[in-house]
Amino acid sequence: MSITLKNITKSYKKVTAVDDISFEVKPGELFGLIGPDGAGKTTLFRILTTLLFADKGEATVAGYDVVKDYKEIRKSVGYMPGRFSLYQDLTVEENLEFFATIFGTTIEENYDLIKDIYVQIEPFKKRRAGKLSGGMKQKLALSCALIHKPKVLFLDEPTTGVDPVSRKEFWDMLKRLNDKGITTLVSTPYMDEAALCDRIALIQEGKILKIDSPSNIIDQHEKQIYNVEAKDMYQLIQNLKEFPENESVYAFGEFVHYTHSNENFHPEKLEKFLSERDHKNISIKPTSPSIEDVFMDLARKKDVKPTENEA
Amino acid sequence: MKRFIGFVKKEFYHIFRDKRSMFILFGMPIAQILLFGFAITNEINNVELGILDKSKDHETLKIINKINASEYFTIENVVENENEIEAVFKKGEVKAFLVFEEGFAENLHALHKGKIQVITDATEPNTANTIVNYVQSIIQHYQQELNSTSDMGVQIDIQTRMFFNTELKSVFNFLPGVMTVILMLVSAMMTSISITREKELGTMEILLVSPLKPVQVVVGKVFPYIFLSIINALVILILGVTVFGMPIEGSLILLAFETVLFIITALSLGILISTIAETQQAAMMISLMGLMLPVILLSEFIFPISSMPDLLQYISHFIPAKWFIIILKGIMLKGVGLIYLWKETVILIVMAVFLIALSIKKYKIRLE
Amino acid sequence: MKPEETVIEVENLTKKFGDFTAVNEISFKTYKGEIFGFLGANGAGKTTAMKMLIGISKPTSGEASVTGLDVFSQPDQIKKNIGYMSQKFSMYDDLTIKENITFFGGIYGLDRKTIKNKIKQIIESLGLEEVANKLVGALPLGWKQKLAFSVALLHDPKIVFLDEPTGGVDPITRRQFWELIYKQASQGTTIFVTTHYMDEAEYCDRVSIMVEGKIEALDTPKNLKTEYKVDSMDGVFLKLARNIE
Repeated sequence: MSITLKNITKSYKKVTAVDDISFEVKPGELFGLIGPDGAGKTTLFRILTTLLFADKGEATVAGYDVVKDYKEIRKSVGYMPGRFSLYQDLTVEENLEFFATIFGTTIEENYDLIKDIYVQIEPFKKRRAGKLSGGMKQKLALSCALIHKPKVLFLDEPTTGVDPVSRKEFWDMLKRLNDKGITTLVSTPYMDEAALCDRIALIQEGKILKIDSPSNIIDQHEKQIYNVEAKDMYQLIQNLKEFPENESVYAFGEFVHYTHSNENFHPEKLEKFLSERDHKNISIKPTSPSIEDVFMDLARKKDVKPTENEA
Repeated sequence: MKRFIGFVKKEFYHIFRDKRSMFILFGMPIAQILLFGFAITNEINNVELGILDKSKDHETLKIINKINASEYFTIENVVENENEIEAVFKKGEVKAFLVFEEGFAENLHALHKGKIQVITDATEPNTANTIVNYVQSIIQHYQQELNSTSDMGVQIDIQTRMFFNTELKSVFNFLPGVMTVILMLVSAMMTSISITREKELGTMEILLVSPLKPVQVVVGKVFPYIFLSIINALVILILGVTVFGMPIEGSLILLAFETVLFIITALSLGILISTIAETQQAAMMISLMGLMLPVILLSEFIFPISSMPDLLQYISHFIPAKWFIIILKGIMLKGVGLIYLWKETVILIVMAVFLIALSIKKYKIRLE
Repeated sequence: MKPEETVIEVENLTKKFGDFTAVNEISFKTYKGEIFGFLGANGAGKTTAMKMLIGISKPTSGEASVTGLDVFSQPDQIKKNIGYMSQKFSMYDDLTIKENITFFGGIYGLDRKTIKNKIKQIIESLGLEEVANKLVGALPLGWKQKLAFSVALLHDPKIVFLDEPTGGVDPITRRQFWELIYKQASQGTTIFVTTHYMDEAEYCDRVSIMVEGKIEALDTPKNLKTEYKVDSMDGVFLKLARNIE
């Protein structure tokens, strides 16, 4: 196993950032930690990169224990923290050269690994990192994290705040790296990026909601989801929430995703209900869930539970 | 070693590309020194003098006329009584008083000796010093004239007394203080800022998750500043010697050794600060409040420690700058060697070793 | 279509930094109660354009008015008449919810009684009764952003500018946030919003996409998808940006 975590728990003062998390990442896998800010993703990364001690539990990276063998781990992993941590006052080339030297290697030695990525920023190699666009900074930071040919690559929210085009390019690069056999643990708050991973863990408030391959997660989701469409979006959401026995109503792009709380759902009834409320161009069609649907469903169930217990 | 060199190279890039750093490093010492150059001028012109002539004979009259005739002085006030002197000083009407003893001319002829006292307002120490020198040279000139016309071999004894600032501080006394403050600022503040900057940027995380040993990171961060601080010390000394005629009576080698010792002490203080501070701003505040103020206030730089409350005197023993200023004055002004300065040197060494050990121990290899 | 009240009117607005043209002669209008999506790649000039509209950056040339006020001559009045919220800064973490509302209410010159009413109203509508006296820093991000949105609306501005309001927020809260936006728009407030979530672009009435300082596309999401023959805004965005490169 490239990464293993067993019952890892970590609290800051009163907040439990990571709550009893266990999972494994297989060699060569592209593993995604998917969840919003504050889910505990960064804390997990810092525990695995030996920057923080866990309160409880054990973890290994590339076969080394994160506490005992931290020196070995620091030699064999590549880490890209949440912010693009580059020296803003050094040029592209100087940044890369610096990270190569501190890892005891040279750019030439591992050039073929970063070539695909680096050629895109090479025209600007004399430019200071602070003057690069978000997308280019991201590529440079990735090159720097890769320059010593790490056994395991840790990317903490590499696409946050980056526009969709750059995000797509970045994931294409990750895919290609993955083909070269580099084990990668990547985190992201963008649910649509989950589909590009081999396996994902959905994580919220320090707890794992589900771990599996994206396709399995979607296949296992039994709830039928309906795309509902009508002219006035806001009014549509309000009225769907008034529909008897509705379970969830979420805006999803140009549609509203609707789920019913039991098996007795009849689209005709809903259509009638909506047209009685002056909606035009109503369309109700079954659709397959996305990772985001599953995430919201799981997160909602988790949220509902404690109040039920209290009652 | 290659890693270390790579690291140091990067540090130099940071320093040379940051205008603020460059200014603190090179602009400030030069500005400070030159500021003193303008503030402490050696020229005087028509300085107001007060006279207390207890003798009132032909000799004192001649001397008074001679002084009044010079372009440097004008007689502004004549008092009859010693008690009036302080009041005149307090009004700021005169910068100095000449006091002739009773029976000046008689003494001069009978005993071949006369006494004149020069009392100066030493709130402006450098002016006071200069006034004394000028009065001295005018009176000596008069004495030579007397001796050349007769073979009496008279001697006029000039006593000087200071008002307000009894311990005369002149540029010679200030310069070691300025040098100490600048070295402290450059060494401690700049290192603490440069380390916390990496924390702020997030690059510290990457450095920690790399095969670099903590010691390599710390030494790599500090090394350029040792080098730059030495250059700084040199600039200050050269300016001091050339612009102000500051003497360096003692051994240059000893001076160099003590300076490096102090720089190392200051650098380890800087590392220590960076282990506490999370942001550049915090590092700057701690450096200014925690280091600069004590250095300026408790190191004999401006205020004499001997007149401070016991508690402050006690605290001042823990300020490295205090010992370094004693060493600097000893070497530069008195020309003494290690035999007289061994105690201060040992204290500095102990402080340096303690601070280095502490800062390495406190340097975190993790984020908490 | 009935004639609509214009809230923003931009005509050939340009901003240059030295030789670099960050915003290149953009023109558009937004109307009362409209949700206007302002999209673009990093570095396309979105932020610069937005800064000019909220009165904190002076345009190089062109014309623009916000709520009828001129961006060249009346930037200070503009600031009084708009709401603004960004992902980076929205509230003071070390003040409580009530203190934050009081502070921002004070900035916009609301009197004490109005502020008191607003506090009550906001806390009730967001269900924050239990945490009203807690520090904002202790709130989950999603709550903070919903609160910040309400605070940006304290002085009942005709238009509110939202700069990536939902970055990093969990998907459920994100939708709750958008429901707040819809509600506000249905009451006649114009919403000017930037986002990196392409599904959110679909929630807008009209979307403009900036590429290298110019507005390359401006229409309803539906029309844009038809025009570029793709089935999502993501597709529109990729096609536009790729074509330029």
